[in-house]
Amino acid sequence: MKEQNQSIDVAINQDLSERGGRLFNLNVDIKLPCKGITAIFGESGSGKTTLLRCLAGLEKETTGEIRVKNVEWLSDSNVVPTHNRRVGFVFQESSLFAHLNVEQNISYGIKRSPVKTSSKTYDQIIELMGLNKLLRQYPDQLSGGERQRVAIARALLLEPDLLLMDEPLASLDIKRKQEILPYLESVHEKLDVPIIYVTHSIDEVARLADHLVVLQEGRVIASGALKDVLSDVELPLQLGEDTGVVIEATVIERDSDWHLLRAQFNGGDLWFRDGGDTLGQKIRIRVLARDVSLALSAHTDSSIINRLNVRVEKIQEMNDKSMLLVSLSAGENKLIARLSRRSAHQLNIKEGMELWAQIKGVAILR
Amino acid sequence: MGFSEADITAILLTLRLATTVTILLLLMGAPLAWWLARTSSRFKGPIGALIALPLVLPPTVLGFYLLLALGPNGPIGQITQSLGLGTLAFSYSGLVIGSIFYSLPFVVQPLQNAFEAIGDRPLEVAATLGAGPVDRFFSVALPMAKPGFFTAAVLGFAHTVGEFGVVLMIGGNIPGETRVVSVQIYDHVEALAYDQANQLALLMIVFSFLVLLSVYGLQRKSHRQVLRFGS
Repeated sequence: MKEQNQSIDVAINQDLSERGGRLFNLNVDIKLPCKGITAIFGESGSGKTTLLRCLAGLEKETTGEIRVKNVEWLSDSNVVPTHNRRVGFVFQESSLFAHLNVEQNISYGIKRSPVKTSSKTYDQIIELMGLNKLLRQYPDQLSGGERQRVAIARALLLEPDLLLMDEPLASLDIKRKQEILPYLESVHEKLDVPIIYVTHSIDEVARLADHLVVLQEGRVIASGALKDVLSDVELPLQLGEDTGVVIEATVIERDSDWHLLRAQFNGGDLWFRDGGDTLGQKIRIRVLARDVSLALSAHTDSSIINRLNVRVEKIQEMNDKSMLLVSLSAGENKLIARLSRRSAHQLNIKEGMELWAQIKGVAILR
Repeated sequence: MGFSEADITAILLTLRLATTVTILLLLMGAPLAWWLARTSSRFKGPIGALIALPLVLPPTVLGFYLLLALGPNGPIGQITQSLGLGTLAFSYSGLVIGSIFYSLPFVVQPLQNAFEAIGDRPLEVAATLGAGPVDRFFSVALPMAKPGFFTAAVLGFAHTVGEFGVVLMIGGNIPGETRVVSVQIYDHVEALAYDQANQLALLMIVFSFLVLLSVYGLQRKSHRQVLRFGS
């Protein structure tokens, strides 16, 4: 098959003025990659869910164009109705049919799908979502987390060209969230369906997304690879205490005496608490700007064990007059440090300077 | 002492009428209720009110206009005459038509409530799973509205059994054709045959009580309001 134009092109306008909400209209023009997880991030009322519903064809009177893998879903002359779009949709709250059991819920979609789902795929996804023992149960006998797993399996088994997820974890408590996240990660690893994932949780974004689109008042204010968007200090994306970058690294060394692991990435390596990861494993590390401090020399008389040699790329003012964000490059990766204006002045930090970043804490996302 | 042959005839006629009317009403009422539940048309209010009219009007008003419409000079009467069917007033068919109008709100409203209670979400889910509009109605809306259909059938049936005014206006009092139980009771009372009137009246009370009991039992289970006035 030709690889040409394997992308998701969305250029739509949706008038929302009659809803009485804050948002007047949604106006989006983006090109999304046809693999991995694209997170749509934004505050509530920014139009995230509406965008997803437009993609699925659930909103009336959407104008513009939608093309998914070279198939036209929407144009001026053609509106493909929802049931003819090769799309899977996982809603925020439970969306299982109460009058059908788990197996019947799942086969509802399979029966109507134009592609025949092989029993191998069926078994794989039932296994992946851990549903083997639940097939005969009815939705009201399941926990919230189990219901969402059924809904995800049901959508995956349509073998859609695009899987849309509208805050699938938002209705769950923390424990249930932790229970579902590994399932989502395994979908990401083992299946190649592109996923558009709407969330207002930066934690979910950092953990799951490969690509990030940020919406604000119905407009796209940032779109790009997760690493690039999160490390862009110029973005009006206000994450406050959550400002930070994500780094992909490989576990290369275990220090059994001190219960630490070392992970290497392009730009250096980091030590972190041994959480049982195996050597060679790919992990995702989150480094928050508030945990990064800067020094002109490599201090060995400090309690901080992670030091990276970095170069100052950009210094960005913040709304908070006392603080600055400093964008740093370490090899191909970027870091952000948050420091006080006074420190920056005392160290005389300038763009292009080489110095040392001391990292107080790293979070292992997966 | 037991029911006379005329009583039995009246009971059987009543059951036949109520069954026919209930089946027709469910078939006609379902699409109508579905439309009322889903539409945002400005005609929703007026049509809902029109359907609910028999709830508030005296049956004689409805019966009077139906009599005119079905009669030789009425619009329906002219059509049936030109089709060679004669006029439907004072016939079983006329009674069926009158009962359909009279019992319509008792079928449409529970169905409309049941359809509205489903909400948009299950239908949107069905659409994302590849079900077209007709498929969605049969595979999601109908099964989910099943308790509503039961209530609608029971209420439509019971209300048709209990009608009197409309029957008298357009059906008259023809044994085996239009003389239903309520008219038969009236006849017994006119003839001062109180014992026979009492038997039939008691039967009606027991029947109506059981019907309401079953509807309320169901209503408690589904926490749903069944009847209401207007839409």
